Amino acid sequence: MRALKIIVFVLLSCFASVSLAWSGEAEIRASIAQLATAKGFPEIEKIVKDLAALGDPLVNPALTALADGNLQVRKSDNAIFITRDGGAGVALIDPVTGEDAGEAAKADVVKIKVNNGLRRIIRDSLGNLTLQSPDTATRLQAAQTIFRNSDASQLVALDAAISSEKISAVKTQMELARASAILNSDRGDDEKIAAITLIKERGGRDALSLLTATEAKTNGLVKDQAGAAVASIERSLAFWATGQNVWYGLSLGSVLLLAAIGLAITFGVMGVINMAHGEMVMLGAYTTFVTQDIIRDSFPGLFDWSLLIALPLAFLVAAIVGVIIERGIIRHLYGRPLETLLATWGVSLILQQGVRSIFGPTNQEVGNPSWMSGSFQIGELDITWNRLWIIVFSLIVFFVLLVALNRTPLGLQMRAVTQNRRMASAMGIRTPFVDSMTFALGSGIAGIAGVALSQIDNVSPNLGQSYIIDSFMVVVFGGVGNLWGTLVGALSLGILNKFLEPFAGAVLGKILVLILIILFIQKRPRGLFALKGRAVEA
Amino acid sequence: MILTRFFMGGFDRRITILIVLLLLLALLVPMLHLLMPPTSFFHVPTFMVALLGKYLTYALLALSLDLVWGYCGILSLGHGAFFALGGYAMGMYLMRQIGSRGSYGNAELPDFMVFLNWKELPWFWYGFDSFAFAMLMVMLVPGLLAFVFGWFAFRSRVTGVYLSIITQAMTYALMLAFFRNNMGFGGNNGLTDFKDILGFNVQAPETRMALFAASAVALCLGILVTSALVNSKYGKLMIGVRDSESRLRFLGYRPESIKLVAFTVSAVMAGVAGALYVPQVGIINPGEFEPGNSIEVVIWTAVGGRGTIVGPVIGALLVNAGKSWFTGVLPEFWLFALGGLFVFVTLFMPKGVVGVWASFKTRWRAKPPAEISQPAEAQT
Amino acid sequence: MRIKDKLLNKVATAALGTAMLWASPAMAADDTIKVGVLHSLSGTMAISETTLKDAVLMLIDEQNKKGGVLGKKLEAVVVDPASDWPLFAEKARELIEKDKVSAVFGCWTSVSRKSVLPVFEELNSLLFYPVQYEGEESQRNIFYTGAAPNQQAIPAVDYLLANDKVERWVLAGTDYVYPRTTNKILEAYLLAKGVKAEDIMINYTPFGHSDWQTIVSDIKKFGSAGKKTAVVSTINGDANVPFYKELGNQGIKAEDIPVVAFSVGEEELAGLDTAPLVGHLAAWNYFQSMDNPVNESFIKTWKAFIKNEKRVTNDPMEATYIGFNMWIKAVEAAGTTDADAVIDSIVGVSVPNLTGGYSAMLPNHHITKPVLIGEIQADGQFETVWQTPGLVAGDEWSDFLPDSKDLISDWRKPMSCGNFNTATGKCGGKG
Repeated sequence: MRALKIIVFVLLSCFASVSLAWSGEAEIRASIAQLATAKGFPEIEKIVKDLAALGDPLVNPALTALADGNLQVRKSDNAIFITRDGGAGVALIDPVTGEDAGEAAKADVVKIKVNNGLRRIIRDSLGNLTLQSPDTATRLQAAQTIFRNSDASQLVALDAAISSEKISAVKTQMELARASAILNSDRGDDEKIAAITLIKERGGRDALSLLTATEAKTNGLVKDQAGAAVASIERSLAFWATGQNVWYGLSLGSVLLLAAIGLAITFGVMGVINMAHGEMVMLGAYTTFVTQDIIRDSFPGLFDWSLLIALPLAFLVAAIVGVIIERGIIRHLYGRPLETLLATWGVSLILQQGVRSIFGPTNQEVGNPSWMSGSFQIGELDITWNRLWIIVFSLIVFFVLLVALNRTPLGLQMRAVTQNRRMASAMGIRTPFVDSMTFALGSGIAGIAGVALSQIDNVSPNLGQSYIIDSFMVVVFGGVGNLWGTLVGALSLGILNKFLEPFAGAVLGKILVLILIILFIQKRPRGLFALKGRAVEA
Repeated sequence: MILTRFFMGGFDRRITILIVLLLLLALLVPMLHLLMPPTSFFHVPTFMVALLGKYLTYALLALSLDLVWGYCGILSLGHGAFFALGGYAMGMYLMRQIGSRGSYGNAELPDFMVFLNWKELPWFWYGFDSFAFAMLMVMLVPGLLAFVFGWFAFRSRVTGVYLSIITQAMTYALMLAFFRNNMGFGGNNGLTDFKDILGFNVQAPETRMALFAASAVALCLGILVTSALVNSKYGKLMIGVRDSESRLRFLGYRPESIKLVAFTVSAVMAGVAGALYVPQVGIINPGEFEPGNSIEVVIWTAVGGRGTIVGPVIGALLVNAGKSWFTGVLPEFWLFALGGLFVFVTLFMPKGVVGVWASFKTRWRAKPPAEISQPAEAQT
Repeated sequence: MRIKDKLLNKVATAALGTAMLWASPAMAADDTIKVGVLHSLSGTMAISETTLKDAVLMLIDEQNKKGGVLGKKLEAVVVDPASDWPLFAEKARELIEKDKVSAVFGCWTSVSRKSVLPVFEELNSLLFYPVQYEGEESQRNIFYTGAAPNQQAIPAVDYLLANDKVERWVLAGTDYVYPRTTNKILEAYLLAKGVKAEDIMINYTPFGHSDWQTIVSDIKKFGSAGKKTAVVSTINGDANVPFYKELGNQGIKAEDIPVVAFSVGEEELAGLDTAPLVGHLAAWNYFQSMDNPVNESFIKTWKAFIKNEKRVTNDPMEATYIGFNMWIKAVEAAGTTDADAVIDSIVGVSVPNLTGGYSAMLPNHHITKPVLIGEIQADGQFETVWQTPGLVAGDEWSDFLPDSKDLISDWRKPMSCGNFNTATGKCGGKG
């Protein structure tokens, strides 16, 4: 976005230098220079408003920099520059012309402080200034800003912009902005009612907030119309809210699925009550952290790829730890499932404390790559990219695992060993090797779950603990030994939880889900998808 | 007469000695604490008494778990819930005893209700100003919960891991519920700052000693009940359920009733343990419901040796003494030690401390340990 | 059967042996003064408390370099109460009775403080508690060096009322006593300021809540009623990271709906990418970004002590620093570490804080502090955008709660009362 603005700015300044009057620049410089001596936010606010009142696009770069905290004062001569971080010092840029103005040490410049209120004022005035910008996105943004603020003083500018606008999407947005501005102006009722109709058709939360405000401050016919529009938008929002709940439920379900799916192998398939499962997830998350740390220091360009790079590493790290646990401890305990609980509980304590000793007890920062940040809208559904990717990712993991278990030789052997160990051994399957591989697979999957969970949760030594109980609930609810059960179990628990939450609140919702699980197990003592046949009694 | 026979049926020498030892402890520790001058080598300091008292209640809790797990094959991962419920019942009594001595001087409401602007006492707090009623609740609430829970679960033939996980769900749900401030149990802070029990100051050394002795006696009673139960005809059935539930069913018994009795009795024992725990540590809060705590109880039992009477008592004492010691000596690394201990015990001492002793003895005497009844390997 | 007896004997010996180990008096040299450190090093609270343990160790280290106190070196006794509240009481007793420490620095959560409170009262020792808390308490043996609600919550709300003209409020918190009480106080305060009841939304979530989708979207919904909206967050520790991540992803900008937090400091932000959060607020009594020589040297010492350039400092560390120095000064004034003497000499003691001024111990065992409002910056630091003109005195009994507005606390003789009722003229809780 900033790059865009700079391009816009360069274009503008070329344009300005050719055709616009030069008188503006001196005035702008004088105003900007006042910032160096301004005391407190109210004074800065006044200067910003003065600058904006000039109505000259030349002030844009300086204001943008001010909002981003990049406008700094050189201590030696109170000169003001836009700064950009460049290694040891900062690069100085002239705030009006955008020319390079040398460098300075970080200690030699001091930032002009801004707060939320100022940032909002700057954003709004920039919005007003950029209605005529040659850049489509900037114009769109300007229109949206005016729409949100219902700024009646922009009506004239809007009319001009609408008549010269060629791109229909931007034009629609500008017309909406005009409608919004009309609601806030002293125009006649007819125009206002037309505006209400227009805004009602747009719908959405912003429109609702606008119309609610209109309903409150008008009377007569306009008030009635606004009221009707509010009711209509609310109806449609209620409909979308159900969809939003399903989405939240799916997203929570996918998190549960990721957390539980490794356990569905180590516990579900192998019968090991693996209390250290959560710690495998944690190891995966820490692997992501280490990977990102290295990438940040050495290959910053690869940052967007960091998660993909971390995936195989996390799998490996967790799988190797899994093999060590299996070879060292669990293989001595086959046939004594309840005792694996004790041993793996011990292992989980050791792993937690180990990570705490190495990385410290505090949270570690795992960043979101750009493709996992932000959100987009479908209708009135707010969909965040990271949740979307996690859903996609969890399904990929699930189906890959399904194929691995059902369609590969190793998968066949795994199933053979779990169903009848002795018979499998008699058929020449190396059961100890298969055991190791199965446990490694389950742990590795937990590890890659950690990569995904690092995007939405704390990366701390306690990470695993917060998922272990939910994971067991999911596997048991779905039916031990059945991957499909885990999928259906995770998604239905997620959705159930999200539908209960609005009525019961987060805590009661969770309690109700737990009670439902307990009751459900009474009805189906072996979970949703119970294994049939001899395996049941094993 | 019948009662005497019921109790004497389970008496063997091992248990007699354990009981004598515990009673001795109940006498000796308070005497050493109260009579010896603080400078003496034999003086037992207050924190030591509080610690030992806590261990004893833990031992009773472990014993109650052993009754269902070691003898009946039900691995409960929710026994901490019964313990905590007993504790809360006791805590509510203790809160009511504070009376108008709270910060706000409100004679009716505990402090946490006053500053959350509650105007009257919730109905479920009624009656807790009476000690007798509170003691009844200490046993009734966990017992009833266990009965209802077991009634449904055992009749639906929920077994094995499924049962373990739903007991875990139970304690987890209770934990979340008790964390809610709206429940009226003090939320996360729980119940604390107790003043009196039966008119005696809870902080007075004499009261501490009495509580300590009461814990030891309660543990003795627990041992008596458990040993009587497992050595009666009913006990044989319990072991039958543990080792082969379907066979027992084919023989015409009803495993669900057998399990239900064991589960309920065990929950009551856990509740009593909780009630004795609270005045000694001075606080009860929802943390006691944490699933991790219940798993720890399982570990104590396993370390000591399940399916024995002495085992869980030894296990609870050993693990907790170790924990107290390590957290003081190796504050940064004690989890390694504790985790290592669990791994070590499961790998090398599958039958616990008692089992190691038994096999040691077997080798010594070349004679099988007849009275140690070990659970069968196969778990369903 | 004799061997069976031997077994039992062995058990008995083992038990007695352990007992002896515990009972044997600590082999401490008499030329040191012992200081207890009671912070969780494992379990859920380790994430916050370990830092404070290190801070105390650093302060002791520094003090010893200056020659200790009363000519004796200080010696730290560190224990791990493992985020287990009854264990806090047990360890406190152990520190005081067995290790004979002169003062204890410790606790984070209210429940841990409530758990150890009777122990300190009974054994008459000193606890310095360095975390912001809900107030409604004043105890003779405890010194509260963190913020009381009037030193954090109320100034923050005042700031938003004055600067952002906020009309609609979301009070979001974790369901435990600090948020409950703080929100009760804030609700009463806002209603008194003329905010309508329907413009206040109160929401509680469990500890460690990680799925914030519904709540964040509820906040968005609540904020789209055409009135300026702000969120006051008393969300605890771990739950903050997923909360802020969700805020960032759902695009809630500080310019539209600012979130002001009372439990989010530099340490919590260290686990986050703060670029999408620029402008969200926090109210504290100290920020690492404070520009003064005392703070500068404190940060330098800390980074050197912890051997990590990336570690940050935070408000509870400053509170620990203040508490520690107050104790040193009080001990020096009293000429002894005896608890009663220190309790008498500490009231009125004034030591430099890290914001460039002085903090003083008040008769109610709370301290005076400046209140700062800071905005989150892209580098994970806070930038002070507002601060109280002077120091604010910690008010233990809130004036906005009906049952506590008549109570005051003054531990100076002859009053020596933590909950004196000015309406009835009686000291509560003593009869």
